[in-house]
Amino acid sequence: MSEILEILEILEKNSRATAEEIAVMLGKPVEEVKEAIKKFEEENIIAGYSTLINWDRTEREKVTALIEVKVTPQRGLGFDKIADRIYKYPEVTACYLMSGGFDLTVIIEGRTMKEVALFVSEKLAPLESVLSCATHFVLKKYKDKGTIFEEKQTDRREQIFI
Amino acid sequence: MIMKDMILDRIKKVPPSGIRKYFDLINEMKDVISLGVGEPDFITPWNIREAGIYSLENGHTQYSSNAGFIELREEISRYLSRKFSLEYNPVDEILVTVGGSEGIDAALRALVGPGDEVIIPEPSFVAYKGCTGFTGATAVTIPLKQENQFKLTAQELENAITPKTKVVIIPFPNNPTGAIMSREDLYQLVKVLKDKNIVVLSDEIYCELTYEGSHTSIASFPEMREQTVVINGFSKSFAMTGWRLGYACGHRDLINEMKKIHQYGIMCAPTTAQDAAIEALQNSEEDVAMMAKEYNRRRRVMLDGFRKSGYSSFEPKGAFYVFPNIKSSGLGSDEFCERLLLEQKVLVVPGTAFGECGEGYVRACYASSMENIMEAMKRIRIFTDSLG
Repeated sequence: MSEILEILEILEKNSRATAEEIAVMLGKPVEEVKEAIKKFEEENIIAGYSTLINWDRTEREKVTALIEVKVTPQRGLGFDKIADRIYKYPEVTACYLMSGGFDLTVIIEGRTMKEVALFVSEKLAPLESVLSCATHFVLKKYKDKGTIFEEKQTDRREQIFI
Repeated sequence: MIMKDMILDRIKKVPPSGIRKYFDLINEMKDVISLGVGEPDFITPWNIREAGIYSLENGHTQYSSNAGFIELREEISRYLSRKFSLEYNPVDEILVTVGGSEGIDAALRALVGPGDEVIIPEPSFVAYKGCTGFTGATAVTIPLKQENQFKLTAQELENAITPKTKVVIIPFPNNPTGAIMSREDLYQLVKVLKDKNIVVLSDEIYCELTYEGSHTSIASFPEMREQTVVINGFSKSFAMTGWRLGYACGHRDLINEMKKIHQYGIMCAPTTAQDAAIEALQNSEEDVAMMAKEYNRRRRVMLDGFRKSGYSSFEPKGAFYVFPNIKSSGLGSDEFCERLLLEQKVLVVPGTAFGECGEGYVRACYASSMENIMEAMKRIRIFTDSLG
């Protein structure tokens, strides 16, 4: 089983790795790897393939905000129903149920601060179960999904060494 | 005075490294993918680096005891026991050295001199022969064979032993071939060596990088413990090459004499590195496993690449090198490497750098990013096709 999960480890680091490449890396038949990936996709274990982009280095303005949301859970449905109302907005890129001082972490991406602020004041805050929102804007992304965004490490090793 | 005449013949007789030429070539080239490196591409895990920083912050800038901090020797003792069933007393059977290399040098200096013979299986790390030469002892090499998967066989060892034999070097997992010796393989050697007045120098620097089964130390055979000196270190297992930290373990009488050599020549290993190494042994098991797993994937990719280019390579099961047989190219090792570098900008090391019997082979290191390895394998394919 853990060997099959290694396929996910590889894809998590590089979603462009092909089944052929993964098969070589793991010393497994290609068919077996293809089969496993297909199954992972069907079971929504592989939920999608995306690319990690450092938008700060492009000319496009992008604003990310982390919003701490307090809500009233609904009888019988808990937090799921209100979370569902929130994460369906396309502006919401992530939504987590939290322990501690507030209930939901909602991550919003927009083009400008104003756009994000308007989303909070016009869409999120007025929702019936939402008690309060505290919006924190991200000023700089140093590291995301395990990847450090600063300059790539250069290889400083001696090129030939025995 | 002619300075050259002042220098000892036995020092002058040790040849310089056989790769000088490539240094000059690559210095003038850009965008070379180097598979000629001999160290991890991973940076030392952060917790270990942080321990080094704390060590400096706390002002641990003095000497340690000659043999190394006792806390470190205790950790080494526990580590060897836990991982390889080796039992060494941290008080007088472990010496912390400046890299594994210092341990090799000190052991040979303590054990051999003119008239003695040191058996060295080749191809292997160049320092064994060099350090043997410095002592005035004679290096007796055993050419290991691809058909034996570059393992040392009992027969080969038996044939090389003479009444002058004082030390046998057992370097597995091996640089440059990637060969390993299983417990059963080693047992065959034990039968030859036990009860003989021969010391085994077992260089186990690549012990954590074993991809089939787990590493066995020859010293873990009870009958070999007394006559073996184990050389190990942090460079390869913990990606700590630049820290220069290793250790030697063995009979207290030998360690005691090696400690004298170390004391007068070195004083003690760097204390910052020693503090970092304590952290490495206590809290880095996961990182070590992660690195080994990643190397294993790259190993398969590189091996596959060479085979697809038509080179028969035996499957290396340790260290981080592939040692393909390139005889089918029609080129000698040196010519192969030089042309591959000039024509496709990929650097591999001629097998001859590790002993004459390395002719017909090259060493390619897979401690490089997967991207680099895949690109290099593509270029090697193009190069091979161009040879027709």
